[in-house]
Amino acid sequence: MFSKGTKRKFSDGGEEISDESLLGARVASSYSLQRQSLLDMSLIKLQLCHMLVEPNLCRSVLIANTVRQIQEEMTHDGSWHMVTEAFCSAGQSPSERLVATEVLCRSREQDAEPKLFSVISYEGCREEEVVADETLCSVSVSDTVSNVCLAGRMGQCWEKSELSGVERDEEALEDSRLGSGEDEEIDTEDGASTESPKTIGQVFGTFEIKNGSPGPDSALEELFSDVDTSYYDLDTMLTGMQSAPKMGPYDLLDSLAPSHSSPSIVSTPNCRSDLNELDHIMEIIVGS
Amino acid sequence: FSEKGQSADIISTVEFNCSGELLATGDKGGRVVIFQREQESKNRLLSRGEYNVYSTFQSHEPEFDYLKSLEIEEKINKIRWLPQQNAAHFLLSANDKTIKLWKISERDKRAEGYNLKDEDGRLRDQFRITTLRVPVLMPMDLMVEASPRRIFANAHTYHINSISVNSDYETYLSADDLRINLWHLEITDRSFNIVDIKPANMEELTEVITAAECHPHQCNAFVYSSSKGTIRLCDMRAAALCDRHSKFFEEPEDPSSRSFFSEIISSISDVKFSHSGRYMMTRDYLSVKVWDLNMENRPVETYQVHEYLRSKLCSLYENDCIFDKFECCWNGSDSAIMTGSYNNFFRMFDRNTRRDITLEASRENSKPRAMLKPRKVCTGGKRKKDEISVDSLDFNKKILHTAWHPKENVIAVAATNNLYIFQDKIN
Repeated sequence: MFSKGTKRKFSDGGEEISDESLLGARVASSYSLQRQSLLDMSLIKLQLCHMLVEPNLCRSVLIANTVRQIQEEMTHDGSWHMVTEAFCSAGQSPSERLVATEVLCRSREQDAEPKLFSVISYEGCREEEVVADETLCSVSVSDTVSNVCLAGRMGQCWEKSELSGVERDEEALEDSRLGSGEDEEIDTEDGASTESPKTIGQVFGTFEIKNGSPGPDSALEELFSDVDTSYYDLDTMLTGMQSAPKMGPYDLLDSLAPSHSSPSIVSTPNCRSDLNELDHIMEIIVGS
Repeated sequence: FSEKGQSADIISTVEFNCSGELLATGDKGGRVVIFQREQESKNRLLSRGEYNVYSTFQSHEPEFDYLKSLEIEEKINKIRWLPQQNAAHFLLSANDKTIKLWKISERDKRAEGYNLKDEDGRLRDQFRITTLRVPVLMPMDLMVEASPRRIFANAHTYHINSISVNSDYETYLSADDLRINLWHLEITDRSFNIVDIKPANMEELTEVITAAECHPHQCNAFVYSSSKGTIRLCDMRAAALCDRHSKFFEEPEDPSSRSFFSEIISSISDVKFSHSGRYMMTRDYLSVKVWDLNMENRPVETYQVHEYLRSKLCSLYENDCIFDKFECCWNGSDSAIMTGSYNNFFRMFDRNTRRDITLEASRENSKPRAMLKPRKVCTGGKRKKDEISVDSLDFNKKILHTAWHPKENVIAVAATNNLYIFQDKIN
């Protein structure tokens, strides 16, 4: 079950690697290779997590923390920057490289404004407002008939771009073993991924995510851009609603209400209706 | 020790009721099977009652969440019994999202001689009813019925990992990865959120709740454990939202054994109060720790479950075994603790004598009524006869769920899809 000769590794000191020569350099490079392989393994695990609709949150958190630990150590070693440079020489565009480094160097506490992008692409849709403090980072607008785009929030933690890169370029991850895993730095600022960029944020947010396939209807997309997606947050639902909603596609149109209003308003203006009808309905609501 | 095996779906939880007369198991298929102990026969002084199937019912069905396009597993994560207050028995069973209160009652009589319907239930012709009679209760074969009395749903966004009945017998808590809710047993349409560790930005999430339990005597206190190896004791009298703990239990890390796996193996998979309420026990990947509630900075006792795995952590990480969640339990007098391991081994520790024993739950190695043989894992060098080397352990055979009778030396051990019940023979 175990590969023979698997030793306890990665402890500070690395003195357990007895087969290596005693030269410090050899020990160090063996340690860093092992650390690298642990990093790769962890990233693959996270990637597999993301492919599940509902990953085990505890497991994902633990793996993500492990990845972070490795990265921190590698940053202190200086080996992270070496790796960045190596990657840059592989011919990435300058802007991507810059962003990658910037993301790496930024500490986790810096909370720059999160970028929003849609995970599932269909032509033209790039950003979608995700509302409110309480919403999780990713919220789904569920629609069985025409699957709608999914909003995601692009965090600033290094893992985000890293993992997105992994998602994109799986072959590169396998192939480039030397200082590998650095494809992670492929920046996804443009958000124009054809698959779903899977970030750590996405992992934790997948409980709210429905990964729908891209819908071709751009008119629908326009309509949904105004939807108060906090509606679909379970927290909001529990406080605002009596029962779990089971929405069909046209219910969503009906529920296009000003943000933060209660979703249980019975008659809300249908955005496709005439102005007259709108007035009529407003009269009813206002009670005049 | 005598043994009883039961083949079924993978068992996911095992729990004795408060008297030990009943033993409930939940499985991956959403079913609950309850065993009842036979009344001891006065003639056979040396035999203890055996456990036989008492009731089987489907507690949870797979569900589909249309909004999120997710299937909700029917696997029973936890069963907890309510203290018995009348002839019927009540238990709570929980899957990932929903908790149900089940009433298990016996029926051994039926009414006969109805006026308006026949024995087979058909309505009688009204013209033929000429007299009035009182129905009579006649004995019938014992029937055990399970009926759902309450369904507590829609309160958990994340997967429920624990439920715990409060000592007030009116409320209970349910915990998922990020939140803990307090319910009243009579009220299903709302619950109070008492702990919420979800960060505003999910990308900052680094810690989840792994287990929670109410204090056995103080109905205001409960604990919850985390994936970072910490335990928080909270007092519900202090605030409505118990985000600030009253006590914080954490053992400082040993810097010499630090590795990239340190955090993962420190993640607590189970927390259990002692029956006395003075101690609590936590299970992490390699050890079981007993904590005195009055001392927060370190446990009072630490027991190594399978220290020989420490050198194999990388492989165990690779095959995901490092994420296995083992449970632990106390015996009735709090003098011994038990937990499971791999290769169908389980371990028992005597807190007073500091002796420990490794036993195996498997059909091949134990015949009914035979004594269980202690097992030993050889960690290196020469393997003695009867020892097993670490590399030949079967990591697919894991004992995650064990339970100890509240009063006697009877234990239930779930080995994948088999249930073993062992009893201490007292000569």
